[in-house]
Amino acid sequence: MTTTAPTSTRTQIAEGTLRRAVRLSLVHFRFQFVELTRTPIAVIGNLAFPAIALLFFVVPQQVVSQDPVLATAATAQLSAFAIASTCMFSFGVGVAEDRAKPFAPFQRTLPVGAVPPLAGRVLNGIVWSYIALVPLALVGGFLTQATLTPGRIVPGLLAVIGIATPFTLLGLAIGYAMSAKAAIAVVQLTLFPLAFAGGMFMPPEIFPRWLDAISTLTPTRGARELFVSATTGAPLESVFVVVLVAWTAIFAALTTIAYRRDEGRNYR
Amino acid sequence: MTAVVDVRDVTRTFGPVTALDHVSFAVEPGELVGLLGPNGAGKTTLLSLVSGLRRPDSGTVRLFGGDPRDSASRVSLGTTPQETGLPETLRVGEVVDLVSRHFPDPMPAAELLERFGLTAQTRRQTGALSGGQKRRLAVALALVGRPQLVLLDEPTTGLDVEARHELWTALRTFHTEGATVVVTSHYLEEIEALAERVVVVGQGRILADDLLSRVLATVARRKVLVGLPDRAAAQALTAALPSVSEPAREGDRFAFLAADADELVRQLVRLDVAFSDLEVRGASLEEAFISLTKESR
Repeated sequence: MTTTAPTSTRTQIAEGTLRRAVRLSLVHFRFQFVELTRTPIAVIGNLAFPAIALLFFVVPQQVVSQDPVLATAATAQLSAFAIASTCMFSFGVGVAEDRAKPFAPFQRTLPVGAVPPLAGRVLNGIVWSYIALVPLALVGGFLTQATLTPGRIVPGLLAVIGIATPFTLLGLAIGYAMSAKAAIAVVQLTLFPLAFAGGMFMPPEIFPRWLDAISTLTPTRGARELFVSATTGAPLESVFVVVLVAWTAIFAALTTIAYRRDEGRNYR
Repeated sequence: MTAVVDVRDVTRTFGPVTALDHVSFAVEPGELVGLLGPNGAGKTTLLSLVSGLRRPDSGTVRLFGGDPRDSASRVSLGTTPQETGLPETLRVGEVVDLVSRHFPDPMPAAELLERFGLTAQTRRQTGALSGGQKRRLAVALALVGRPQLVLLDEPTTGLDVEARHELWTALRTFHTEGATVVVTSHYLEEIEALAERVVVVGQGRILADDLLSRVLATVARRKVLVGLPDRAAAQALTAALPSVSEPAREGDRFAFLAADADELVRQLVRLDVAFSDLEVRGASLEEAFISLTKESR
C-alpha cells in the first residue's frame, strides 16, 4: 500500500462565485490581450479596411466630406462597421483558430466555466474596437469636416461597448461552432450583407421602404444608429436600442450553447 | 471512500468509430495507474471523458464524485496539454501564471519551475523552448494547482532517454507525496517504470486490469517463426498447445505467439516434424494486444 489519500489541511479561501468569475474573466482578458499584442498583425490587418473605405468613398465626395453633419454621420457609420468587423474577424475567426490548437482542450480541463473565457474575449473585443477607431478618427478628423464635440466623446466611448459586445458574441458563436476555414467564410457572408442592410456603407435615409423595414430589424442598423446618435447627438429611436439589446441576448445564448457543445477538434 | 475516478458502462462513438465500448473503470485515492494500449485504442478518449472535455454517449463518468463537466469538480484535477501545445508567444512564467490563477492554492511559479529545471527559461517564449523543455513545462502545468489527481496522456512522447527518466522520477516523487496518477502510454517500458496497476485498453474495451506483474505476464509473449511442411503440421502444433495462437503465414514460415516459447519448441521436437529456420523473439506490444483482443472475444 502506498501513501494514503491527501487530506488538504491548507485553508482554502472561499471565494464568492461572482467574484471568482470576474477575477478569472480579467485573467483571461489579460492573457488573450498579451497573446494578441505579440502577433498584432492578426488584428491590425482588420483595422485598415474601414479607414481605406472612408478615404476612397467619402473623402472625394465633396458634398458629404465638406458638410460637418453628413461627414460626421459617414465617419460614424463606417466606425460602427469597423467595430463589427474587428470583433467578428479577430474574435470570431480567431477563436476558431485557437480551438484547433492543443492548448485549447487543456484550458477546458481547468476549473473554469464558460463565462470567464468568453467574457475575456468580449473585453478584448471592446478594447481592440477602440484601437480600430483610431485610423478612422484620424482620416475623418483631418480629411473631412467630421467633428466630435467634447460633449460627445463619452457617449461615443460608451456606444463602442454596446456595439462591440454583440458582434464579438456573434463572432464567438460562429468560431465555436465551426472550423477556422468555415468560420472565415461564414463571417464574411454574415458581416458584409448585414453591414450593407444596416446602413453602414450607405445611409439608410436613401433606402426604399421595404429595405428600411428589414434594416430596422438587423443588429448592424441598431449599431449604426447608436453610434451616429452618440457621436452627433441626433435623437435615437428606442426601437433600435430594443433590437440591439435583443440581438445581444440572442448572440450571448448562441455563444454559450456553442461553447458548451464544443469538444475540440471533431473526428469523423 | 469515494473513488477519484468512476467510469461506469461508458460508450462513446465518433461517427462510425466506436472509441469506447461499454467501459467501466475506477481509480481509488493514491493509486498509480497505467493505461496501456496501442494508438487508437481509446485511451485518450477515456481521459477526455474523465477531464470533462467530452460527454459519453451512454453511461456515467464521475470525478471526485461529481460531474467532470462542472468546473467545480475539476479543482483538484491536473492535466497536460497534448503534444507540445503551448501558446507560442507567451513566456514560460506567463503560462504558469495563467494556469495557476485558476486554483485556490497554487504552487509558487518559482518552486514549480525549479522542480522541473526550467528556472532559466522563465522569461522565454514557449515557442523558443526545446522539445524536452516543452514537455517538462506541459507536465509542470498539470501540477500547478497541487492536484489530487493527475492525468497524463503520453507524457514522454518524443523525449530522449535521459529526459524521459527525469520526468518519470518527478512523477514518482509527486505520487509518493500523496497524489493519484493516471498515465497513458503505448510504451510498455514507460508503464513498467511508473505504474503499480495496469489497465490494458484495446479496440475501445478493457482487455486486462491487474497488478503490473500479472499484466506483464499476460502481455509478455514470444513470437516463434518456423518453417513447416504444411498447414496441417502447424495446426497439429497448436492443437497440442492451447495457449499458443493460431498459426499465421509470414513469408515462407508460420508465426505463433506463445506465452512459453520453450514449451512450443519442445512440442515441435516431440511431434517429430521436419521444421527448419526456427526463430524465437519477443513479440511487440501490438502483437501481444492483438492476441489479447482475440482471447477476450
